[in-house]
Amino acid sequence: MESQPKFGGPGLSDDKPMKRLEKKHPRATRWLHWINVPLLAVMIWSGLLIYWANDVYRIGFGNVTLFRFFPGWFYRVFLLENNLAEGMAWHFAFMWLFALNGLVYLLYTIFSGEWRHLVPNRHSLREALQVTLHDLHLSKFKPPQGRYNGAQKIAYTAVILMGAGSLLTGLAIYKPVQSGWLTFLLGGYEWARWLHFWLMIGYVLFTVIHVVQVIRAGWNNFRSMVVGYEPVAVEESSHA
Amino acid sequence: MPEADARRESRTDEEARRQLGRMTRRSFIVGGAAALLGVGGWYWLRTRAAVGGVPWPLRRVLEFNERVAQGFFNDARLAPTFPPEQAGLRLNGNVGLGQDFDPTKWKLHVETAARPAALELTLDDIKALPRVDLVTQLNCVEGWTQVVHFAGARLLDFAVKYRLGTRSGDAPDPARPADLLPYVGLDTPDRDYYVGLDAASALHPQTLLCYAMNGAPLTLPHGAPLRLFTPVKYGFKGLKRIGTIRFTEQRPADYWAERGYDWYAGL
Repeated sequence: MESQPKFGGPGLSDDKPMKRLEKKHPRATRWLHWINVPLLAVMIWSGLLIYWANDVYRIGFGNVTLFRFFPGWFYRVFLLENNLAEGMAWHFAFMWLFALNGLVYLLYTIFSGEWRHLVPNRHSLREALQVTLHDLHLSKFKPPQGRYNGAQKIAYTAVILMGAGSLLTGLAIYKPVQSGWLTFLLGGYEWARWLHFWLMIGYVLFTVIHVVQVIRAGWNNFRSMVVGYEPVAVEESSHA
Repeated sequence: MPEADARRESRTDEEARRQLGRMTRRSFIVGGAAALLGVGGWYWLRTRAAVGGVPWPLRRVLEFNERVAQGFFNDARLAPTFPPEQAGLRLNGNVGLGQDFDPTKWKLHVETAARPAALELTLDDIKALPRVDLVTQLNCVEGWTQVVHFAGARLLDFAVKYRLGTRSGDAPDPARPADLLPYVGLDTPDRDYYVGLDAASALHPQTLLCYAMNGAPLTLPHGAPLRLFTPVKYGFKGLKRIGTIRFTEQRPADYWAERGYDWYAGL
């Protein structure tokens, strides 16, 4: 760990609780996180242009369809119709950047030791349930936050695994003959495409929850993902 | 995102607040500039001159992807095969299949760069080559796949027998890749539809000149008298109603590549 800048300190005269700036997110994490935002957006947008040409998925069973991916208005509102070629060109260009950014993040997280904050441990599942109940106002108990709480550890690790899943299912449908073994392991072309689609839906759900939680956590938390530092009251910071 | 600042020790809350303010301003200016750069890049990319219906930088990436795919291409890797009962095929695409066509007068025109005169072949000439039945998946660029059952002659056997696709005019020989003409182009008789293939894909053992489908003679809407099928390309490369096959040094025009799609389209 690098040395923490200390502000104030016990004994100095001030009525308010002393604050110090605490390093929260390393520079690499912040850059890679923000670079991923437009890359993922382009991948989802261009993926939808491709999906439009064979939009066969739905939520339903038998002859009952609860939701169709996607209703006509969705394509019209987001200008997704009749652009398969454009979608493929963007998808197969930005896939490199998306993969590279994810790979750099993964290597950085492993070799910097940051993974220790991220990989779930044996308490994470219970903590995640407690966080969920607390955030849904079903319980008053708030589990310890630390850098990331149990729910965050599970979510941030899962989304990286999902990224790997998107690359693998994507390769399986991009080159189903040359990577035939992979397509076969994934249950064939159609299953691989189905998985590829649902991983995309997973990113959308992740993003919605992530943005809501960031808004709820407030400005200092959001700022720390841009600046890297968070002001922390000295008394509280000892456990962090 | 300035971390150096923060290493300077401050003694008061006021100082901490000022320092965080400075870092915040700086980080948001850098972040804002990066975001603007991103938006600018997006705008730049979208407004570049189109090559074959795609902004040229994206076309370049498609060509880069093609070189990567060719580097990995191995014609020992075969598309999976299935039992014939699973086969069917929807009709999709009729460009180049105009009504003004008499199959009884059809001849296959064959051009190869090493020879000045075109060959003219009949369907019986193709049927004289070893018949190969192939039940495999046709993958459409639209994102669907279907098990299909085609039968016909390997394009490879055809090229060997008629000594096509080489610079020397000999039969193509895998041991002499430098002798291969790099491309194969196919047109419909009216030349309304045309596709290009790289030699490695054209000479793949599962690339067929087909005259039968689902155990019956090929029908006109599916490309009679003779069509191409290859599982190593998207379905749109499987040109129906072949009028001309051309083995060339130059990359042949491709109907869909002119309309924004990848020329290589390899699977």
